[in-house]
Amino acid sequence: MLDWLQNVGQKGLNVVESLGRSALFFIGVLEGIGVALIRFRLTLREIHSVGVLSLVIIAVSGLFVGMVLGLQGYVNFAKFNAEESLGIFVALSLVRELGPVVTGLLYAGRAGSALTAEIGLMKTTEQLASMEMMAVDPIRRIIAPRFLAGIISMPLLAAIFSAVGILGGYFVGVGLLGVDSGSYWSQMQANVDFSSDIINGVIKSVVFGIACNWIALYEGYDAIPTAEGVSRATTKTVVRSALAILALDFVLTALMFSDI
Amino acid sequence: MTDANEYISSEPLVEIRDMHFSRGSNKIFKGLSLDIRCGQVTGFMGPSGTGKTTLLKLIGGQLKPLAGKVCIQDQDVNAISRSSLFELRKRMGMLFQSGALLTDINVFENVAFPLREHTKLPEQIIRDLVLMKLEAVGLRGARKLMPSQLSGGMARRVALARAIVLDPMMIMYDEPFTGLDPITKGTIVTLIKQLNNVLGLTSIIVSHDVEETLSIADYIYVISDGKVIESGTPVSLRSSSSKWVQQFLNGHPDGPVPFHYPAAEYTQDLLAGR
Repeated sequence: MLDWLQNVGQKGLNVVESLGRSALFFIGVLEGIGVALIRFRLTLREIHSVGVLSLVIIAVSGLFVGMVLGLQGYVNFAKFNAEESLGIFVALSLVRELGPVVTGLLYAGRAGSALTAEIGLMKTTEQLASMEMMAVDPIRRIIAPRFLAGIISMPLLAAIFSAVGILGGYFVGVGLLGVDSGSYWSQMQANVDFSSDIINGVIKSVVFGIACNWIALYEGYDAIPTAEGVSRATTKTVVRSALAILALDFVLTALMFSDI
Repeated sequence: MTDANEYISSEPLVEIRDMHFSRGSNKIFKGLSLDIRCGQVTGFMGPSGTGKTTLLKLIGGQLKPLAGKVCIQDQDVNAISRSSLFELRKRMGMLFQSGALLTDINVFENVAFPLREHTKLPEQIIRDLVLMKLEAVGLRGARKLMPSQLSGGMARRVALARAIVLDPMMIMYDEPFTGLDPITKGTIVTLIKQLNNVLGLTSIIVSHDVEETLSIADYIYVISDGKVIESGTPVSLRSSSSKWVQQFLNGHPDGPVPFHYPAAEYTQDLLAGR
């Protein structure tokens, strides 16, 4: 019984300690953002690897999600003879929720895990330690540009996801199922509000970007420098990012769209 | 090679006083005190797991001792600010066992890395400096290769070029001879010796390769169980009366360091299984 209690206490302490370390890490990264802005070439390279290289999976997923939305929306709206509202339905679902959330989840799987593995391996192969011995702060030189790149990429990827999704909905709704093209676009235009829908969606994806990159980079930086440690860190990144994104999404939706 | 008096007479660059350090419950250093002198090659020898690499990390300020002091040029590594520590590190080179080259850039860029980070030199001068250092380690022709294309020995030589590119006052070598073929080993031995003499460096070598270390070190500390158990010039070490040192230098399997990991008595252990 006492052993069990001690175990629980130790686990609790470990969690608090890890939270503290990740907070300090985050502060360090924020301090490094200035350098990442000044030496923007470093950041650009990372935007290529986390953003540009994620484009294909984001665009293809966006297309399919949009097509499914078009199909489901049409089937249900048709019961009430409200097919012309399909445009609003597809656009609002994507811009407010699915765009940022699904992009975040895909980003965690595609780019977040890669970041963790990369940083973890740099730690394992002593590259981070050698940098420190060369008087170069790895948090500024390696971590901060990747963090900034992630935050820049995430809203752009989410925007691309939503845009491709809206086209997907158009192909299915208008192209296959015969919804009127004019009402698809005009209803969308009239009912999607720039500040309350699009800006809020962008804010969401920026928040997800911060959470996701923070988790990915911290897990890599804090990984136990062995093959097993890095693999465990990569798994943790994907699981924790997904949970963080879904939980944050609920909180943000409650704040943004509930009119309390 | 210098004799002991000559060694003692030169200025100490690194002073370690009564230093304690542990990892978890494992005590690695229990009151270690020693001096590393300017302009000399100082070797640290001892069995695997005695914390030789840890010692280098403590000197470089990457780890903090539990108690005691590590001073470089009279500055306490753990008491100075982070920026002064970084200033100090710019004048220290460290050669990691694996080389620890940055894997996403080629040999040239690896050697140029400290220059690009710490200086604003024009590209032409960076090029000249990098080629000079690569020439010194004999790899000027390999400058376009990526680290993954290098053999272990080549990677270590590139890392050596990188360590000396800022013209440091001191280089720390972590197991520089481990896992190399005889030719490469000979090359590294010659390089360390040459660099020390030509550039007027202070070198610290951590190794358990007896012959190579004895052949280039001016002074050697033998470390075991968290303490210096013997120190002296290679000549005096060879004639040491300590059984431990003799076992270590000659590689006898059994002696003061037992062959067997502590266990129950053999016959009893065998019988216990019945």
